Amino acid sequence: MSLYASGNQTVGPYLHIGLDWLTTRDIAARGAKGERVAIEGRLLDGEGVGVSDGLVEIWQANSHGKYAHPEDQQKKKLERGFRGFGRIPTDDQGAFRFTTIKPGRVPGPGATSQAPHLVVAVFMRGMLKHLATRIYFPDEQSNAEDPLLKLVPPARRATLIAKRKAEGALEWNIILQGKNETVFFDF
Amino acid sequence: MNKRAAAKRGELPRYRSYHPGTQPEYNYPPYASTQKRCPTQPLVVAPQTLSELTGPVFGYGDIKPTDNDLTRQHRGEPIGERIVVSGRVLDENGKAVPHSLVEVWQANSSGRYPHRTDQHDAPLDPNFSGAGRTVTDAEGRYRFVSIRPGEYPWRNHYNAWRPAHIHFSLFGPAFLTRMVTQMYFPGDPLLEFDPMYNSIADQKARIRLISVFDWENTVPEWALAYSFDIVLRGRDATPMEP
Repeated sequence: MSLYASGNQTVGPYLHIGLDWLTTRDIAARGAKGERVAIEGRLLDGEGVGVSDGLVEIWQANSHGKYAHPEDQQKKKLERGFRGFGRIPTDDQGAFRFTTIKPGRVPGPGATSQAPHLVVAVFMRGMLKHLATRIYFPDEQSNAEDPLLKLVPPARRATLIAKRKAEGALEWNIILQGKNETVFFDF
Repeated sequence: MNKRAAAKRGELPRYRSYHPGTQPEYNYPPYASTQKRCPTQPLVVAPQTLSELTGPVFGYGDIKPTDNDLTRQHRGEPIGERIVVSGRVLDENGKAVPHSLVEVWQANSSGRYPHRTDQHDAPLDPNFSGAGRTVTDAEGRYRFVSIRPGEYPWRNHYNAWRPAHIHFSLFGPAFLTRMVTQMYFPGDPLLEFDPMYNSIADQKARIRLISVFDWENTVPEWALAYSFDIVLRGRDATPMEP
């Protein structure tokens, strides 16, 4: 049997009613090893206005570069209780903030290795199907050889790399339109 | 190729691309808010890696068994027509998606959400919050008990009303199978005028967002029933060889 996937529809303005119960702003459980980071930013629309009815979901590997998923067959350690999932609604100004650990490197296509990154899904009222993007880390040598970053026009790569604000604090914004428009992926 | 060795390198069978016409465009002017919230640059086409072929795993431990009954979350029963909504979550190969989280939310029977930004002049129901969740069983089946949601105005255009709908959020086995959609009701006269429903260009795909009246699952003297199957992205039949 072969079917086509159902159509996506917007989360609408009242997304919090159904989705707030799983809000997760601290992605790494206490037992998770690795460099702790806080990532904050804003979700901005085409007029530079913060999107107050948006939601960011994060998916990431642990510090060893292992996903808490049965299809990740790598022989790497996985801490008990590490899920690697975050769900962060934006606030009235379109801002979001979460804490986690910097993930390790995971395999890429062929024999490549990917630079540390977080996978991001972006939902909001006024968007009929969520967008996929990534957060990479600053001062990371492996960014230069990352197989996905290489596919992004050089002038736009910076939109995927968080900026260091202070020790342990990174800034990464989602800019939907215009100058510095965030790169979104089609997988 | 040795499948296990390939899996270790993160080479797993890829998910098929969405079929043309079955998904909404990011910029869909009839839904006015999309215009300032859509990317203007083309999406960067990228290979599916271990990062996208995996995704968060949820289970029965994440929910309470009663979370799928929206009529029993308060002291009293909500006002409205009681309904059973059930169906299966499948992939594009017709295979069940088992043990997967399904989240729903909806308006009350008068078309009002208990949300601080909902200013619609219709009564709130102290016995209805409008949110539920469940985990599919081994055959991909889910079941909710609720009340039929009301229609409500939404200012997208003159005298715009949303057809009755229930929001569905699904994860499936991977980041790539994540889906948020809406379930509609058969025979709703507002569907014809609804930009969200009509954002799906393919008529067959659009109609699949309408639930089916489900006589089998009605409960005599108690509830009507609607059936709604959801199909998530499925994998290519044959793994991609390098």
